[in-house]
Amino acid sequence: MSTTIALPGFADPVDEAQATFRAVLDAMARPGRLHRVGERLTAPTPLDPATAAVLLTLVDNETPLWLDAAAAAARDWLAFHCGAMIIGAPHGAAFAVALSLPDLDALSAGTHEAPESSATLILQITALGTGVGYRLSGPGLREPAMLKADGLPAGFVADWQRNHALYPRGVDIILCAGTVLTALPRSVSIEEV
Amino acid sequence: MKGYNFAYLDEQTKRMIRRALLKAVAIPGHQVPFGSREMPLPYGWGTGGIQVTASVLGAGDVLKVIDQGADDTTNAVSIRRFFARTAGVHTTTRTADATVIQTRHRIPEQTLRDDQIIVYQVPQPEPLYRLESSRIETRRMHALADYGLMHVKLYEDIARFGQISISYDYPVMVNRRHLMSPSPIPAFDNPKLHRMPTLQLFGAGREKRIYAIPPWTEVRSLDFDDHPFRPIRAPHPCGLCGATDSYLDEVVIDDRGGRLFVCSDTDHCAERRAAGHVGTEGLKEAAE
Amino acid sequence: MAYVTVKGGEQAIDNAHAWLAEERRGDRTVQELTLAQIEQQLGRSVDRAMGEGSLYDRELAALAVKQAQGDLIEAAFLLRAYRTTLPRFAHSLPIETATMQIRRRISAVFKDLPGGQVLGPTYDYTHRLLDFDMAHSDARTSDEAVSTMPRVPDILGHEGLIEPDGNGEAEPGDLTRQPLSFPATRDVRLQALARGDEGFLLALGYSTQRGYGGTHPFAGEIRMGEVAVEIEPPELGFAIDIGDITVTECQMVNQFKGSKTTPPQFTRGYGLVFGFCERKAMAMALVDRAMRAEELGEEVTAPAQNVEFVLYHSDNIEATGFVEHLKLPHYVDFQSELQNVRRLQREVALTAERAEAVCGQDTPPPLAGGSWGQGAVPPSSPLPPTSSREGRGRFSP
Repeated sequence: MSTTIALPGFADPVDEAQATFRAVLDAMARPGRLHRVGERLTAPTPLDPATAAVLLTLVDNETPLWLDAAAAAARDWLAFHCGAMIIGAPHGAAFAVALSLPDLDALSAGTHEAPESSATLILQITALGTGVGYRLSGPGLREPAMLKADGLPAGFVADWQRNHALYPRGVDIILCAGTVLTALPRSVSIEEV
Repeated sequence: MKGYNFAYLDEQTKRMIRRALLKAVAIPGHQVPFGSREMPLPYGWGTGGIQVTASVLGAGDVLKVIDQGADDTTNAVSIRRFFARTAGVHTTTRTADATVIQTRHRIPEQTLRDDQIIVYQVPQPEPLYRLESSRIETRRMHALADYGLMHVKLYEDIARFGQISISYDYPVMVNRRHLMSPSPIPAFDNPKLHRMPTLQLFGAGREKRIYAIPPWTEVRSLDFDDHPFRPIRAPHPCGLCGATDSYLDEVVIDDRGGRLFVCSDTDHCAERRAAGHVGTEGLKEAAE
Repeated sequence: MAYVTVKGGEQAIDNAHAWLAEERRGDRTVQELTLAQIEQQLGRSVDRAMGEGSLYDRELAALAVKQAQGDLIEAAFLLRAYRTTLPRFAHSLPIETATMQIRRRISAVFKDLPGGQVLGPTYDYTHRLLDFDMAHSDARTSDEAVSTMPRVPDILGHEGLIEPDGNGEAEPGDLTRQPLSFPATRDVRLQALARGDEGFLLALGYSTQRGYGGTHPFAGEIRMGEVAVEIEPPELGFAIDIGDITVTECQMVNQFKGSKTTPPQFTRGYGLVFGFCERKAMAMALVDRAMRAEELGEEVTAPAQNVEFVLYHSDNIEATGFVEHLKLPHYVDFQSELQNVRRLQREVALTAERAEAVCGQDTPPPLAGGSWGQGAVPPSSPLPPTSSREGRGRFSP
């Protein structure tokens, strides 16, 4: 048995999954709002606790999962704790885990009749709450909100605008860093400030 | 409860519903199909709302359940008991104290806050079903944002009655993209949907659809420039608390045409009375 | 006296449950039913509850029948609500009905065939006379031997007279995990029918015989008996037998004239249900074949051929819930309709007054309850037109 499998999952699977889900739900409903999750979790290298908590909460054997090269080291842990169905190509993935922004076009944006079949990207970055400022606007926001994030590449806003233009199709992103997460649903528009 | 998971549903089912909820929030007003499970309550009695609530609820939540605005209608009692029994959560009838409110057919009068979630029970999520019975067709219409059929229906109403004659389950356009059924709430409640600070979740168990409206989202009741949307309400004050701005139930009090109008939102009415507001019935009582 | 809002939903529910328990038990001087009695002596009720409840467990089904006072839709509902909480340990291999231990097997298309016709425990040739001896006791016994027999469609298949059976390699869909989507493939349609309401399928199957989507069916074979259920745990790598279940299978053989790409041949309609539920298996086979109309290039005109119509309305747990939810309070909606009708009436009266003032006499426009009730008529009704259609009233050759 590899050492990563030996690491535990949630100590209390029911409560911790529920708390993590409510954090993701609220972040998706109010894009850019930061939530703290996974503080009691020992995450497998190279995943942060927030990333691991989101995966334990949402992924199982019914959701094809794609890992980028950097995240692949956690595959045994994910296969064991989530029963995840890990696939080799990003296109068929319901969830994708990446440590750097992948090509959003390579992920499923869903169809016109079933835009909900698009992928959710769980993107682990350096930090949330500090770094580059992004102005968010759209459903969920009373007025434009400010998100600070460290670790998104320079071309992110342009990539996002292409994704946002597909609406109601499009990829949704859950951003994770350390024990903090937030979300960027496809409905939100983003400007760098 | 012995033999069952927290809040009845197993964790795998909750994960499936949670995934559907996140997609629903990301596409406001779009109906997301989900693998609705058989619940121990009948289809049509709130199984969609119950599954959504069960997937959202945590041990620290305080749950309020209303049917027709009232906490004490039998089905509301039954659902509240179900969660008290299977999840052991605290329940309340006070709108302000609740973190999760499950409702059938009403939105509370009191403005909801951003730290609350409202879950609607939905009998028929497809706003176009009376006009086009095939779901293959209606799905195509949503994909193309082709809502001409609904505009024709509203226009025909105006030609025939001089006004739009829909009084409940009045269709709305969400985020300027998706036509949505607000569930059979009275049209009176429609304005509350617009830019509500609260996350609104909708569950249709029998029809196996989940949809959502994020906070502060634009929700417009369909109308025409020369025939603007007009919510209706009985032109009376509440007989118990005297409210003139709440939605009213009509109570038949004798067989000679006697009628009494009282707030449909029982918590709202009770709070007003506790604060000293009195309606005509209360005045009569005081005189007796 | 002042009006007081009605309270007491909680007490009302408790009282109703207590009354129900008392009524379920009935007269306490009469012996209480045991689950064994129900399972053994009301076997057809148990079978139907298992089939529509989608859970093969005779003892739990007997409990459901007892708890539901013999209301079989209620019993199926109890089983469904229970099964949904059960974990899934494994998926079985497809059952092999060719190796069924036969208790009943009949064919309407061949007079004699290998294995012969076995009537089995059927009501078919009973005279429906109340048997007053049974009012007291019934001690008759029978000792029928069982064996395996080839399936009739397989016999036809050897000659290439019937279309090949579906390819069993693909992973079948599962309606209990994934919601119905369209186009619905045949595996999913069959699952929906197997769980569907016997009465609904019976009526639809009957309608195909009366000209609403006729399929010219012959009962190729009906068989009932026990089949083994096997699973293949990945860690073992071979199949193990986990027990037997009783099933009824019906294969309808239907006429098909052929198309540009397919030679004239017989086509199949398939029915398979838990337990001994022959009426349901036959109706299911008729409806399965009717729903294949589009696939076989036939015109879709009748309710039984309309896949969306059939699949959305066959589940009696969904249907009974929604029909019966009408008894829940709707006073908010009714109130909004009342205000609406009152407003419309006032405006009609006003218009009429004004018209009278202008030209003396005029007929006011008719008042109609607009709103959702009657205002909107679906442009595409699921029912076919009743005017003459090709093929209507034709006889089978």
